[in-house]
Amino acid sequence: MTTTAERVAPAAVLRPGRALHPLAWWAWALALAAALSRVTNPVGVLLLAAAVVVVVLACRGDDRWGRAFRGYLVLAGVVVAVRVVFHALVGLDGGGPVLLDLPGVALPTWAGGIDLLGPVRLTGLLHALYGGLALGTLLLCFGAANSLSDPVRALRALPAALHPLGTAVVVAVTVAPRLVTSFARVRRAQRLRGVAPTGRRGVQATVVPVLGDALDHALALAASMDSRGYARSDRPSRGVGAALTVALLAAVVGTYGLLDAQAPSWLGAPMLVGGAVVAVAAGAAAGRRSRRTRYRPDPWGWRETAVAVCGVLAAVLALTDPVLRQTGLPGPPPLSWQALAAAVVAAVPALLRVRSGER
Amino acid sequence: MIELSGVTATYPGASAPVLRDVDLTVERGELLLVVGATGSGKSTLLATLTGRFPHTTGGELRGSVRVAGRDTRTHRPRDLADVVGVVGQDPEATFVTGTVEEELAYTLEQLGVPSTAMRTRVEAVLDQLGLARLRATPLDALSGGEQQRVAIGAVLTAHPQVLVMDEPTSALDPAAAEDVLAAVHRLVHDLGLTVVLAEHRIERVAGLADRVALVEGGTVRVGTPAEVLPGYRGAPPVVRLGELAGWSPVPVTVREARRQAPDLVARLGPAPARVTHAGEQVLTASRLSVRHGAVEAVRSVDLSLRRGEVVALMGRNGAGKSSLMWALQGTGRRHGGRVRLLPDGVDPAGLSPAAARARLALLPQPASDLLYLPDVAAECRAADDGVARGRTRAELDALVPGVPDDAHPRDLSEGQRLALALAVQLAAEPGIALLDEPTRGLDADAKTALAARLRGIAEESRTVVVATHDVEFAAVVADRVLLMADGEVVADGAAHEVLTSTPLLAPQVATVLPGSGALTVADVAERLAEVAP
Repeated sequence: MTTTAERVAPAAVLRPGRALHPLAWWAWALALAAALSRVTNPVGVLLLAAAVVVVVLACRGDDRWGRAFRGYLVLAGVVVAVRVVFHALVGLDGGGPVLLDLPGVALPTWAGGIDLLGPVRLTGLLHALYGGLALGTLLLCFGAANSLSDPVRALRALPAALHPLGTAVVVAVTVAPRLVTSFARVRRAQRLRGVAPTGRRGVQATVVPVLGDALDHALALAASMDSRGYARSDRPSRGVGAALTVALLAAVVGTYGLLDAQAPSWLGAPMLVGGAVVAVAAGAAAGRRSRRTRYRPDPWGWRETAVAVCGVLAAVLALTDPVLRQTGLPGPPPLSWQALAAAVVAAVPALLRVRSGER
Repeated sequence: MIELSGVTATYPGASAPVLRDVDLTVERGELLLVVGATGSGKSTLLATLTGRFPHTTGGELRGSVRVAGRDTRTHRPRDLADVVGVVGQDPEATFVTGTVEEELAYTLEQLGVPSTAMRTRVEAVLDQLGLARLRATPLDALSGGEQQRVAIGAVLTAHPQVLVMDEPTSALDPAAAEDVLAAVHRLVHDLGLTVVLAEHRIERVAGLADRVALVEGGTVRVGTPAEVLPGYRGAPPVVRLGELAGWSPVPVTVREARRQAPDLVARLGPAPARVTHAGEQVLTASRLSVRHGAVEAVRSVDLSLRRGEVVALMGRNGAGKSSLMWALQGTGRRHGGRVRLLPDGVDPAGLSPAAARARLALLPQPASDLLYLPDVAAECRAADDGVARGRTRAELDALVPGVPDDAHPRDLSEGQRLALALAVQLAAEPGIALLDEPTRGLDADAKTALAARLRGIAEESRTVVVATHDVEFAAVVADRVLLMADGEVVADGAAHEVLTSTPLLAPQVATVLPGSGALTVADVAERLAEVAP
């Protein structure tokens, strides 16, 4: 007992202050992601990426989510590398001085007549690099939100109407590792019987006990949740279901309207907005019908507001600066005070966090 | 608090009811222990109290079940969530959230308890069960005993009036089981909770129970432990010892038995000298180590096994028993040391699975991992691969006769399923059999049959190693006990020496009759027959 306590306690103790509301981090990250989807200026992108990294390093907790950020960094690097390598392999040359004169390979016409390799020119390469950077940084934003807030807590913060969905995700998150261990355990057991793990018999010998185990587990969990009052306070309503269906249909039609230039204008944005309004109303109605309460709900204080505002402000600064939408190719990328300001504002939560820890 | 009248329970498609015309009343603040063999209807009785029968399982319920004034006919399990708390055998399978604190609050959230009240209740339960230091711990980082206490806490926060527990300690080591039972005992005293608890291994619980309900063939007999337990095959050793010695009243706890024991101790006289009759070595392991990530599961263990002995491998959950067995068998990971099968000195890790099966067999935990075919006959045929036809079936019949050929392995009772898995592993007649926790979930009869078969294997000059938490089972079956702690073998010696060395490991008979050298009721009976003229 004591060993577990000692093993786990430090993480909770060392973490400065209480964890911020997860949705604050999501608001901050999504605002930055929205801005990054329009920013192409590599200096702007790198400044924002630096801001994201600084905030994550300053604010992440010492849990598995926090430690996962390294994985997102690697992934972002891979995105940039893939983009550059593919440019060298199949990209258009794009002008500028030749950096690397690779021999070209012309594929036969049945393979699309594509020219592989060939000379790699500076402008094209930089173009690919900038594109990769923007995409990688966009990915970093989502990684940051996931690393800064426990996804399970984020799901708990969703409106009551989405509670069953949140429960399903939490259960899946806990069951998945169990399924993996169960799979390994059964394979090992079958080896004891002398059953080779391959072939039809091997697959059957593994899959049947694992599935049986998973079904038993699912039944036990369902019975336990039932005995603990799950769904007890819900009075299901047909109205809510119907409203959600209507909202979904409106979303489909609205998206089609937006994408198809020939569609009448009322089919686009108005339909989407209308659908969203119906969905929110139905969610609120479903929430009111449920008498469920929440244990220690994450409070939304001034720090949460500050984090969200920093994100939105940085996004507005980035989106209103025309310089950030210029790559400056073939010349060097242009600079502006607004890009720097956007990055600084985006990084403010890092300071906020440190101060709260000292208090 | 609980009132069953004229309850007859029939599962869908079953020809006969599981429970027949049961009347039972449980008063507020009472601890009722439910005992009975596998398939006797014990679990169904518990399921009627929680509303799971018939709402979750299906089936037909005649008569009426009222719990805290609510009729289960009109109340589904979820409608009973605020009055009945349910704790199962495998706490991990019932967790819904990620951390201790959230798990404790889960029922309250579902019940719509206001958040301030929720906060106080969770804090109170954290203190009651000694979980305060673990509040932010992920549930999968807890030990078995801690998990079970969290599962109890998770239902306690709802302030239930009744706690229904189905074998809450069967998967735990003796120390963790004591821990959980002490918590239950405290709750009955402090909160006046009504507890209905079903268990196969009742040595530790019998003393806590106010009354015992014995379920047999669908009927229920209720009375004080001293009234009901004598004559019951799963009775704790002290009860059977009391019956043997003709003590009156029959003792239920070790304390009660000690008071009447001096006469018997005098009659038995001092412990007789024991002759060890183990044969030559059949396996030696030297400096064996196993690591799982950063955890050193087995640390440089040296050991040897001899022909014709039954070795009990004991120790806490996580002490390295399973890792050691898997490493010995050769399929499991090994990070150092070597294992040699004698006389030829072959390392089992180098053998093919089929060849290894004929030299040393391992029965994993859970044993059902081995079974994958749709019926018993097919399992037996598959296991006969490479050995004489009908060998597996013969092994199965030697252990538990009369298992139907066309039954699905998952539909068998716990004891039958274990017997089938063991028969599959023993079909190739290995010289060494390693069994990982085979007694989990077995009732008294199945355990007796298993013990008899293991002794039989030893008498055929083969070797058995059995990992178990069940002290009484070890006392019956083992010649030698290996005690593991933290990956090391801390004691290795004759069963009667190791099992009497610490109170937590001592079988009841040894505690009641210190210095007599007797470990089991059978030992005492044998000695009495010798000293009697």
